[in-house]
Amino acid sequence: MPAPIRLRELIRTIRTARTQAEEREMIQKECAAIRSSFREEDNTYRCRNVAKLLYMHMLGYPAHFGQLECLKLIASQKFTDKRIGYLGAMLLLDERQDVHLLMTNCIKNDLNHSTQYVQGLALCTLGCMGSSEMCRDLAGEVEKLLKTSNSYLRKKAALCAVHVIRKVPELMEMFLPATKNLLSEKNHGEILHTSVVLLTEMCERSPDMLSHFRKLVPQLVRILKNLIMSGYSPEHDVSGISDPFLQVRILRLLRILGKGDDDSSEAMNDILAQVATNTETSKNVGNAILYETVLTIMDIKSESGLRVLAINILGRFLLNNDKNIRYVALTSLLKTVQTDHNAVQRHRSTIVDCLKDLDVSIKRRAMELSFALVNGNNIRGMMKELLYFLDSCDPDFKADCASGIFLAAEKYAPSKRWHIDTIMRVLTTAGSYVRDDSVPNLIQLITNSVEMHAYTVQRLYKALLDDISQQPLVQVASWCIGEYGDLLVSGQCEEEEPIQVNDLYVLDVLEGLLVSNLSTPVTRGYSLTAIMKLSTRFSSLNRIKKVVSIYGSSIDVELQQRAVEYNALFKKYDHMRPALLERMPIMEKTATNGPSETVQTNGETDSTILDTKHLPSISQPASQVGFLKHGFSIQTCAHFRHLNNIQPLNVIIPPMTAYNKNGLIIEFTFERSNPNPNIAVITIHATNSTEADMTEFVFQAAVPKTFQLQLLSPSSNVVPAFNQGSVTQVIRVLNPQKVRCYCEPRTHSASDLQCIQAINFYLSCVPGESNPQPCAS
Amino acid sequence: MMDDTEVLLEKKEMRFMLLFSRQGKLRLQKWYTATAERDKKKMVRELMQVVLARKPKMCSFLEWRDLKIVYKRYASLYFCCAVEEQDNELITLEVIHRFVELLDKYFGSVCELDIIFNFEKAYFILDEFLMGGEIQDTSKKSVLKAIEQADLLQEEDESPRSVLEEMGLA
Repeated sequence: MPAPIRLRELIRTIRTARTQAEEREMIQKECAAIRSSFREEDNTYRCRNVAKLLYMHMLGYPAHFGQLECLKLIASQKFTDKRIGYLGAMLLLDERQDVHLLMTNCIKNDLNHSTQYVQGLALCTLGCMGSSEMCRDLAGEVEKLLKTSNSYLRKKAALCAVHVIRKVPELMEMFLPATKNLLSEKNHGEILHTSVVLLTEMCERSPDMLSHFRKLVPQLVRILKNLIMSGYSPEHDVSGISDPFLQVRILRLLRILGKGDDDSSEAMNDILAQVATNTETSKNVGNAILYETVLTIMDIKSESGLRVLAINILGRFLLNNDKNIRYVALTSLLKTVQTDHNAVQRHRSTIVDCLKDLDVSIKRRAMELSFALVNGNNIRGMMKELLYFLDSCDPDFKADCASGIFLAAEKYAPSKRWHIDTIMRVLTTAGSYVRDDSVPNLIQLITNSVEMHAYTVQRLYKALLDDISQQPLVQVASWCIGEYGDLLVSGQCEEEEPIQVNDLYVLDVLEGLLVSNLSTPVTRGYSLTAIMKLSTRFSSLNRIKKVVSIYGSSIDVELQQRAVEYNALFKKYDHMRPALLERMPIMEKTATNGPSETVQTNGETDSTILDTKHLPSISQPASQVGFLKHGFSIQTCAHFRHLNNIQPLNVIIPPMTAYNKNGLIIEFTFERSNPNPNIAVITIHATNSTEADMTEFVFQAAVPKTFQLQLLSPSSNVVPAFNQGSVTQVIRVLNPQKVRCYCEPRTHSASDLQCIQAINFYLSCVPGESNPQPCAS
Repeated sequence: MMDDTEVLLEKKEMRFMLLFSRQGKLRLQKWYTATAERDKKKMVRELMQVVLARKPKMCSFLEWRDLKIVYKRYASLYFCCAVEEQDNELITLEVIHRFVELLDKYFGSVCELDIIFNFEKAYFILDEFLMGGEIQDTSKKSVLKAIEQADLLQEEDESPRSVLEEMGLA
């Protein structure tokens, strides 16, 4: 039997293969030879064969049949065997397979071997891939080695201990005694690095250890000082800096020890300032130390002067030619922008410049940081830069950037027109990337900017003429045209040159959206509703009726339902149509909730309305018709819809005016029920200041499943005119899951003169809210 | 199947290190966390694609899955480390550089071929330099000396053997 070919020989051979198939063939042949060699229990060449196997494994071929062979190599007496055996174990074995446990005994023996390099192999293997079981079994041996005088072994034992602690945190205690003298002067400097790593691991994992090791701060400071002051040490030097790796680890440990502790932080102030000012910054290594220093300064309780120094270092980093340095600067600034806002603001223009960087990671960070720095003073300038960025950035960024712009605009818009222009800009440049929830937000914004309606609808209409592919833009535009179509055709726009457009053109555009392949079902819904609304604003009634009836047989169920309902509106409820389709009132936003809850769009049916056990029967002549997809319903109900799960305190909620319109005022007063304080008792008082009595007044409520609701009988169904009396009604609400809720009541008060009114308001049971705000529309 | 909880608890600074060529050939892989073979292969493949697609002017750091990747190209080889989020990327670059220096000193002006034909030695050097992703000794000299001594031990092992072989008495 010829000797198996040597490793290098095999490598050379395999590399001559010209195709993947050829390579595979060679490998298979060799694997077969190796397999039979293993079967023969050949000790001589086992090492060589396993080495070859490891090479083939790296090429991607299976090598599991070599696992046991690795174990045999580890058990061998020869150092060469052990070296390859342990390497093989680390590459081929894995703690998921029980076979790895067979190593334990060998490792144990080797940890006590007479040759330190064998001991080193064992420690290394244990420290890289030891499973929890192995660590438990061998922790004692590691601890022993941690106390040996052999520094070669001690440093390895320290890192092995780190691994043991990571795998089996409960064993941390047993290493405590051995740490006693780790940093002391009489030890060789060699073990300092690994000692610091071990101490760091222990402090990170256990608050007790952390307190225990705080006393090391002075020692660490001294060691760091010596490093900086010491002369040239060629062994540990990197580009003229003494042992940067150790410096960084010490700085990191200082960070952990100084965090939240005044005394420790004070003890390290000086050395941090020294490192920050004296470190050479021409090469990466110096900047690495500076970076670690900055991180430490920001995390501990440093004096403000030191913090400013740190931020200025980051500012200088931003100007560095090296991209990597700019990257870490932006990352750190992002972390500190909340706490040191003003200091970071000073570097705003540099940060904004980074938006133009070629590197994706830098751009992203610069974008996030820019948004964090926007405020009332710089909004115009910043927005210009951000809009420009939105235009040119990668598609991955556009959604986030658009959302960020909307948020910033909402918070700091200097004027309504500016706000709407900004939104238009975003919709036209990145319209397809805008998030779905921006659509209702924007609609609300536009609705509330009453004086801008004509301008807005005109701009949106023009945008639609250019491009109907961007769905959010199309949806907002459809909605606006539906609402303000009359303003559009009347050419009332003051801000801009009015365009010439008439009913027919507008309907053409909307119908075009309905049939276009580019429109999503949601968009079609918007268009259909818009067309319907125009029936009270335009005179082309017949045309609209025709469109609506066509879609009554659409295969899209959503569209079909709408069309059928609108048809019904034409046929059976035509007297209600004008009121139903009239201009939307202003939707007020509260501080606690976004407006998306007040406006229902995108076809979300209001399912909570159905979830009620206590809905009294409606005795009104209304509503077999379902919902119009504006969130208005012809039924009258109050909706309690939960938003978040926040534990409300037992706060006394002051009375609030829930509804105040057209002479009808509804007030809520709140109490906690006496026997059961979890029950909120809401009393509604309705008064009427108009000239006519309001008859058939009914208040209803619907709640989600987790709530329980009890509506007691109202005092009366008639709200007398001229505030001569009031209708009161008691509602008891049990909210066992203490969900934050908002209540969206819709009252139907049918008087001779009035038609259906729809009201949205909400009630939030959030602690600290002294004024839950009603939003009445 | 990867046990996700296991990976989460094992908070390691450096998760793994890879060396690969411009053509996407793996030259060295060191994993410091327990990962299934299948997952390793997948991650290596993905990561190589991502890194090889980077343009030369881009920075050495990128976000990939929940990790930070620090990479640097030396001649035809990419050295790639995956580190935890909170790490100091700049010092990781120095760690990579130190490893390259060690290889260079050992092989004498190291090139990719050295690492291909002596991959096991590259591993030995790496394992003498790092353990669990952490530096064992910050002195270049110390690490190289240890490797040298270990190599000597290996030679002592081997020589009697090959003499016998040559005499045909194996």
